[in-house]
Amino acid sequence: MFDKPLAFWLIQSLNSLSLGGLLFLLSAGFSLIFGLMRIANLSHGAYFMLGAYIGLSVLRAGYPFGVAMLAAGLAVALLGGLIERFVLRRLAGNPLAQVLATLGIAFIIADGCLLLWTGDPQQLPSPEWLQGVFRIEGAAFPKYRVAVVAFAIVLAAGLWLLLEKTRTGAMIRAGVDDMEMARGVGIPVSLLFTAVFCLGSFLVGVGGVLGGPILSVYPGLDTEMLPLALVVVILGGVGSLIGAFVGSFLIGFVYTFGQTLIPDLAYMILFLPMIIVLAIRPRGLFGRISA
Amino acid sequence: MFRIPLRAVAIALGAAAASLVLAQSAQAQSEPMRIGFLTVRSGALAAGGRQLEEGIQLFLKERNNMIAGRKVELIIADTGGNPAGAKNKTQELVERNKVHVIIGPLAAFEAIAIDDYIRQTKTPTVADSAAAEDLTQRKVNPWFVRSVGSSAQPNQALGEYAAKVLGYKRIAIIADDFAYGHECAAGFQRVFEDNGGKVVQKLWPPLNVADYGSYIGQLKQNVDAVYAGFAGANGLRFLKQYKEYGMKAPVLGSMTTADEGILKQMGDEAIGVTTGGWYAAGIDSPDNKRFVAAVNKEYGVDPGYYTLGAYSAGVLVEAAAKAVNGKVEDKEAFMKALRNPGTVRDARGEWKIDEYGNPTMTMFIRKVERKDGKLVNSVVKAYPNTSQFWTYDPKAFLASPVYSRDVPPARNIEP
Repeated sequence: MFDKPLAFWLIQSLNSLSLGGLLFLLSAGFSLIFGLMRIANLSHGAYFMLGAYIGLSVLRAGYPFGVAMLAAGLAVALLGGLIERFVLRRLAGNPLAQVLATLGIAFIIADGCLLLWTGDPQQLPSPEWLQGVFRIEGAAFPKYRVAVVAFAIVLAAGLWLLLEKTRTGAMIRAGVDDMEMARGVGIPVSLLFTAVFCLGSFLVGVGGVLGGPILSVYPGLDTEMLPLALVVVILGGVGSLIGAFVGSFLIGFVYTFGQTLIPDLAYMILFLPMIIVLAIRPRGLFGRISA
Repeated sequence: MFRIPLRAVAIALGAAAASLVLAQSAQAQSEPMRIGFLTVRSGALAAGGRQLEEGIQLFLKERNNMIAGRKVELIIADTGGNPAGAKNKTQELVERNKVHVIIGPLAAFEAIAIDDYIRQTKTPTVADSAAAEDLTQRKVNPWFVRSVGSSAQPNQALGEYAAKVLGYKRIAIIADDFAYGHECAAGFQRVFEDNGGKVVQKLWPPLNVADYGSYIGQLKQNVDAVYAGFAGANGLRFLKQYKEYGMKAPVLGSMTTADEGILKQMGDEAIGVTTGGWYAAGIDSPDNKRFVAAVNKEYGVDPGYYTLGAYSAGVLVEAAAKAVNGKVEDKEAFMKALRNPGTVRDARGEWKIDEYGNPTMTMFIRKVERKDGKLVNSVVKAYPNTSQFWTYDPKAFLASPVYSRDVPPARNIEP
């Protein structure tokens, strides 16, 4: 089982990192929203897919990759903001109804995508300067995936600065820790909710475009990504950015090496760490609150 | 005195009765023939479902909506791509719409879900897509017949082609971890190894795996080719990533790995991929050229697995309906005609139905090429008259367990 060449370990480590990067792009927003609003946003996978589709259309219209990311992020952020304001807000105080509403929205988005982009699986082209491979120890690794990891790390740093070093970030953290108290000291929690929902949606929209060249986009992508976001966030801890970051890369490694070394148990290996962590430490590795 | 003209009365009564019977049957004949069509309009299978619908709609349009002298009423039902939905919609089609025949469903697990029901209600059913081996092998249903082949059927031919024509000795298999992927890979492996080849590695990525990177990283480098058995979007994703990782070994694959339905979304990574199939848009025959042109005119795409499957289901229904002079109400006779249509002819050529309800037909070895800027499956070899049992004896074939992950066992796997 462990008698593999060095190239194998290198490539699979890089694979783990790139999957982890992708998972972070997916789950950072999920974690933020879950942490602040206590809503498991079940339309998160659908947002990811929608972002990828929007990115696809923008790319097809001839715009560069960065524009596609921005456009998809903004469009999904707008949608998320509207849904928060006009749907979830009306169901405040009823988490079950909110979660069900997000589930319904997920179905609506999925059907809308089917209508607009047809059911054909489609490829997002990666930027030209990132096509090709790096050669390491005789093995090849796609440049684009390295770029995804780099982007995830930069994004994580940016988000960390936002949350830890700005006033808005302090307010968000206060909201996560104790909403009533935050409201009591005059933090505009209502506005914060919308802002965080927009931010979370923005991140996952961008993530969809970045994931597109690796995953491609097709009906069903939404329901494949949602459980991954859940696993990462529950493992890392709800509402914790560091948790989402560590959780993403942890899952990236566990999943990649699990399925390469013990392929028959790929799914068990994916979910087992989550269950163990839940049993021993219900709030997750870095969580402030329990899930 | 009255003399009652008994003879005249008898004649009159007889005539009246006869005309009544005639009128009834004429009425039955003037009623439309109702075809229930199971498709999928949402979720991961929706692309296939749409192509199925296009296939049957084109067929009916070309026939002016008439089959065997009867007007056709097509009732389309969306199963949602799950077993429960397939069951509900089938019941609805049979009990409420009183259809004479069902075409569909799309997925094998849906076909298995309605198996008992169509048996109980004696509903003639033509599968236009579901390819699970046992539907026409160990679990033959007298009310079920296929217009498409079984999963392994083209892959068995490909196995021989890989060993004998391409001269490959060592192959790594990577395929979807569900029944269809298992069956495709198993059929390939069996014939390839029976012809002296060795399958040295088998990888089974889960059907909804997020990323093939870690699997591609594991593929052995010292093989002559990689066999890829994928369905739906997975072939598209796998081939793209295979190229991204700079992999050089040639790719063989199942019919759906390079199906025309997804080929249009692919790029250069697909060029050279060699697959087995009972159809290819690139078949060089007048019948097929006409068919491809018609599908292109109507829908702007090349026909593939699903379009042909549904169109041919129409062809089969028409052949059987003609054989019973349009009297599809006689279910026994109609089903018998569906199972024994003689020689059927469509875009792929001529084919027959074997005694288990599966077509015996030409298997094409197809290679993806770029022609006039478009990716097409060109035919590089044809294996005519190929049955689902390949060249094996059906009795012996059926006596062994159905193809799966571990059947036939892989004896040449290298650590």
